Amino acid sequence: MVEPLVAIRGLSVSFDGLPALRGVDLTVGRGEAVALVGESGCGKSVTWLAALGLLPAKARVSGSVTLEGTELIGAPPAVLDRVRGGRIAMIFQDPASSLNPVHRIGRQIAEALRLHRGLDGRAAREEARRLLDQVGMPDARRRLDAFPHELSGGQNQRVMIAMALAGRPEMLVADEPTTALDVTIQAQILELLAEIRRDTGMALVLVSHDLGVVAETCERVCVMYAGRIVEETAADKLFTGPAHPYAQGLLAALPPMTGPRRPLAAIPGGVPEPWAMPRGCAFAPRCPRRAEACEAAPPPLAEVAPAHRAACLYPGAAAVVSPVPAMVPA
Amino acid sequence: MLRFLSLRLGRSLLTLVLVVTFAFVVLRLSGDPALLIMSADAPPEAIAAFRRAWGLDDPLWVQYVRYFGAIFQGDLGNSMRDGRSAISLVGERIPATLALTVPALLIKLCLGIPAGVYAALHRNSLADRAVMLLAVAGFTVPSFVLGLLLVLLFAVQLGWLPSGGQESWRHAILPVITLGLGGAAVLARFTRSAMLEVLGQPYMRTALAKGVPWGVAVRGHALPNAAIPTVTIVGFMIGSLLAGAVVVESVFSWPGVGRLLVVAVANRDLAVVQAILLLVAATMITANLVVDLLYGVLDPRLRNGMRGTA
Ligand SMILES: Nc1ncnc2c1ncn2[C@@H]1O[C@H](COP(=O)(O)OP(=O)(O)OP(=O)(O)O)[C@@H](O)[C@H]1O
Ligand code: SF4
Ligand SMILES: [Mg+2]
Repeated sequence: MVEPLVAIRGLSVSFDGLPALRGVDLTVGRGEAVALVGESGCGKSVTWLAALGLLPAKARVSGSVTLEGTELIGAPPAVLDRVRGGRIAMIFQDPASSLNPVHRIGRQIAEALRLHRGLDGRAAREEARRLLDQVGMPDARRRLDAFPHELSGGQNQRVMIAMALAGRPEMLVADEPTTALDVTIQAQILELLAEIRRDTGMALVLVSHDLGVVAETCERVCVMYAGRIVEETAADKLFTGPAHPYAQGLLAALPPMTGPRRPLAAIPGGVPEPWAMPRGCAFAPRCPRRAEACEAAPPPLAEVAPAHRAACLYPGAAAVVSPVPAMVPA
Repeated sequence: MLRFLSLRLGRSLLTLVLVVTFAFVVLRLSGDPALLIMSADAPPEAIAAFRRAWGLDDPLWVQYVRYFGAIFQGDLGNSMRDGRSAISLVGERIPATLALTVPALLIKLCLGIPAGVYAALHRNSLADRAVMLLAVAGFTVPSFVLGLLLVLLFAVQLGWLPSGGQESWRHAILPVITLGLGGAAVLARFTRSAMLEVLGQPYMRTALAKGVPWGVAVRGHALPNAAIPTVTIVGFMIGSLLAGAVVVESVFSWPGVGRLLVVAVANRDLAVVQAILLLVAATMITANLVVDLLYGVLDPRLRNGMRGTA
């Protein structure tokens, strides 16, 4: 396999002694579109904030994140400043509060252009306008002088995307970019992200708790649960044959796109609290396939089929042997 | 914008009228100037003559209307104590007060704001805790206590500085420090919390995520936002440049506006009290107006609001 663009190995983060990430392993190839899905609080945002060194000082971070071989965890500020926005850009969930309320849009985009491309004055303004055009902002030239509060949520997210593109990054991490927007705008923003990836060849990490959102946009999906990756495979494979009981539960909870309506099967129980993490598999308390061995140690993320890994001792559908009958009667 | 300004001005005038009326009623009902200003054993005829001369025998409302009528002609009346015009009595005290409050304001700004910013940037560090401890102390210790402590230390114990009076610039040092430290403490606390609030905002994370170095993000993104709430308290301090030193002037027997106010109230010397109140209210209102305009400059979200709603 060629060297990945970004490789995360054993990334662990804790806040005030409580674990938020417990050994995340994840790679992203050049130009690849990877989705990171999981329930709220499972550590999706923390993973990428940790990778870019954006967590508050109280966070304890260990493990490794490399960008083409360069270690980012514990890297000096000067190195991180060049990576952030220049090689890996990140956009966030709430576009309205993610832009500085007292600076004009044009100035905020120009700041990234100056930092990463040395553009100033007229050249920066012209390029900022081009970027706004590129992200589909109507009346881009006039919008350069607007303040964030004068734009809608969807427009602000377009500004965030333009700002992210300003440094010509090799990868964009979009952390739930559409959660705060209405449904029609959501689709437009996702379409925009897909289009930009086609045009620029930039890798995309789409963080979401909505499997439906990622299905069309991403090639590969990583499912996270309680601070770890529990399944990782091609998007189509995940939808047809999920191996981890948690992923199977998520899919069962998804409204069917086609076919007859059926009641949604929510996964019973709740995510374990960080201070009461089970010793073995974190999903065990909710798992219909749980066996004694599951409670001994956390199952490693292991190959269950080519290019398909799951952290489960008794993986389902895609497994070669399934000692316990599969769940999800729905 | 014009609508906003005229509305504010109208409201300010109303405030002034209320202040004047309130002071008039309270001062007139709480004591008899004739008895307070004339000595207690003055002959009754003299007291009666004093009353007649100052119109104190007329019904309250007649006095009130007369007083207001005079104000609108720019006449704030004369002191009942020595017959001099209230305006010039107050006016000649202003420089002395400003000689304390302006340097004190500089201390507040130059000490309070940097200390607050530093504490916020080094949250929970030893320096932060030290700044906060001092700030709480400066905030809770009343200025007359702080003033007396400083006098005990620097005037009585060490004998470095005079404890009161206005003979030289050295006499101003202790009152200026007393005023400045208290205000700096308030400002440090305020700045720190404004700064902490801003540092936790998503746009700070965005700035860092696009590669802005930490120091630049603090200066370019955090400070302009933290300035918005801080301006309120600074405006309040500017508004109290004339009236904020009443206690300290008394402690250090500094002949400023504050001391004049204390004496005038004790004598129920209405014209002088009113002149001071009007002056103080006018400075506060002006400072408030300036703060409002400054808000518009600092916070683009309020620019539209001013045009639209106010
Ligand atoms: N600054 C912080 N201080 C303390 N705990 C934190 C902090 N940031 C995150 N956490 C904790 O880390 C865990 C993972 O949070 P994270 O934000 O990564 O979740 P998420 O998967 O992105 O969820 P969501 O879908 O709600 O965004 C949560 O339990 C959260 O409480
Ligand atoms: S390891 Fe065991 S408990 Fe965990 S998901 Fe697999 S079957 Fe369930
Ligand atoms: Mg998140």
